[in-house]
Amino acid sequence: MSSVERATERRVGERSGNRPLPPVRSGRLSRKHVEIVVLLAPALLLYIVFVLWPVVQSAHYSVYKWNGLEPLTHFVGLDNYREALNDQVFRDAVGHNIFFIAASLIFQLPLGLGLALMLNRKMVGRSALRLIVFAPYVLSEVTTGVAWLLMLNPDSFIDTVFRDLGMGGLVQGWISDPEFVRYTLFVVITWKYIGFAVLLFLAGLQGIPTELIEAARIDGANGVQLTRRIMIPLLGPTIRIWIFLSVIGSLQLFDLIWVMTLGGPAGASSTMVTYLYERGFTRTQFGYGSAASVILFVCSFVFALLYQRFVLRRDTEGAITRRVG
Amino acid sequence: MAVATQERASRHAAPPPGGTKVRDPFAPVAYFFALLIAGVTIVPILYVIIGGFRTTGDLASKPVGWPSPWHFENYSDIIGQGDFWKMVFNSTLIALITVVAAVGTGSMAAFALSRIDFKGREAIFTLFTLGLLFPASVALLPLYVMIRQLGLLDNPLGVALPQAAFALPQTIIILRPFMRAIPVELEDSAVMDGCTRLGFFWRILLPLSRPALLTVSVLAFVASWNAFILPLVVITDANQLTLPLGVAQFSGQWTADTARILAFTAMSMIPALAFFSLAERHIVGGLTGAVKG
Repeated sequence: MSSVERATERRVGERSGNRPLPPVRSGRLSRKHVEIVVLLAPALLLYIVFVLWPVVQSAHYSVYKWNGLEPLTHFVGLDNYREALNDQVFRDAVGHNIFFIAASLIFQLPLGLGLALMLNRKMVGRSALRLIVFAPYVLSEVTTGVAWLLMLNPDSFIDTVFRDLGMGGLVQGWISDPEFVRYTLFVVITWKYIGFAVLLFLAGLQGIPTELIEAARIDGANGVQLTRRIMIPLLGPTIRIWIFLSVIGSLQLFDLIWVMTLGGPAGASSTMVTYLYERGFTRTQFGYGSAASVILFVCSFVFALLYQRFVLRRDTEGAITRRVG
Repeated sequence: MAVATQERASRHAAPPPGGTKVRDPFAPVAYFFALLIAGVTIVPILYVIIGGFRTTGDLASKPVGWPSPWHFENYSDIIGQGDFWKMVFNSTLIALITVVAAVGTGSMAAFALSRIDFKGREAIFTLFTLGLLFPASVALLPLYVMIRQLGLLDNPLGVALPQAAFALPQTIIILRPFMRAIPVELEDSAVMDGCTRLGFFWRILLPLSRPALLTVSVLAFVASWNAFILPLVVITDANQLTLPLGVAQFSGQWTADTARILAFTAMSMIPALAFFSLAERHIVGGLTGAVKG
């Protein structure tokens, strides 16, 4: 697989701009540097001020007891971290994030793959179906949350549909039952985000060279073999990227949950972000909330680095060797 | 381009050549699942839109049903009020500033990072990619404090600038391989014709990068249009509310009037859905490049 990929990339590389530029005369050197600064400065400025600096500030605030308004004087060392890590409410929130991560990988990955393979077939109404599956992805989480909330209300749309189908026994306190609320939210999240998985996998499927498929057909591969032995393995890099995005996305769940349950009932659907929002903005515990942010940052960052190092490395290896060679 | 790849893709599924048409044994199953999925996906959206044409009493007594008769007053009230349009305007303004800032600065940076050789280039690129490795909400509390210090609370810039900054990593990651792939001969001949490096960027590279620029613009626009948590903390002035804030507030205010909330929610869906149906192919096409990039 990677040899094919590398071959196409080499082909692209030959006529692209990444061959070494001719040596620069010293007179033009300064001009080149001015140009580099002019081109990079606006983006770097924006990025440092609004992305990197606030992250650093999180760490700074996290060692203070601070309500966000007074001067930053009440230094408490690592107390905020100690308190957060010992707080059962925070631990539950972390557990709920882990639940959403695991559920996404277990259910959305096969569902997304199946849908993408199906939508990649020749069938009547395919483009309409594609558009329909993607539609929820462009809706905001707020709209999605409000819409589902109204349908899930007791004796509203969902309950009625279940009863009309003779499955009234399945009716639950979809969002009022602390034991059930996370499953309900997961279904809504899947409804909203499965389109993204399909979009990504379809893009990956379209990148598979037709020659390969044709060669396999000539060798007598049937549809199932074609899917299992060629399409899914070649989709590997795309699947690995989706897993990465899905985990980072599950770690930052907030909008939909805030609109539907505010993390309730009784914290049963809280996440790390609803927790830090609640502590920071509702209770104005900026120092403590920042400590929760830093813990969230460490979770995501450690995951991201390990994932890059051990999983995505295979996919980027070609890119790096290409750059050197 | 997207059309071409789609055609190529559809050939995967074509029956093998030779003689009579081969019947696909999986076709009925596929159609069954296709219908099921389409139904599950579209029913909530239709429920919201059609529910907006009913009355709250009607909705309560018959949760599943068709409007009889059709009521237009929920929609006409919302359309007639200034509030909804003010929110549309605010959301559009913030999204446009976000796109201009992210794509403007991002394309310049991507140009330097893709086509100029200099020491530290890869380090700067890596710095930009770091932004993808953690969720934006990590920075929420300090961001709020900073926006307050800058006096940008209740100001479109207070939402748009941080959003643009957080859109930069994906913008640069998508644009860089695209710009890199544009033949170096083109640059050589432009330079020979007396074009400066910046002239080449402005007159040749940017126009040639249009598909990728469109993709990153669409992504940044939609992200901004749908954003909730940052506007939630930055904007409190009722005149500055964005559409998601408005929907959340409206559904809290009118809890007893389900039909009205449905109509309002439906109205807020329309711009996103319309926009997406126009841009769908571009997003798919752009992602193909990005994922393989």
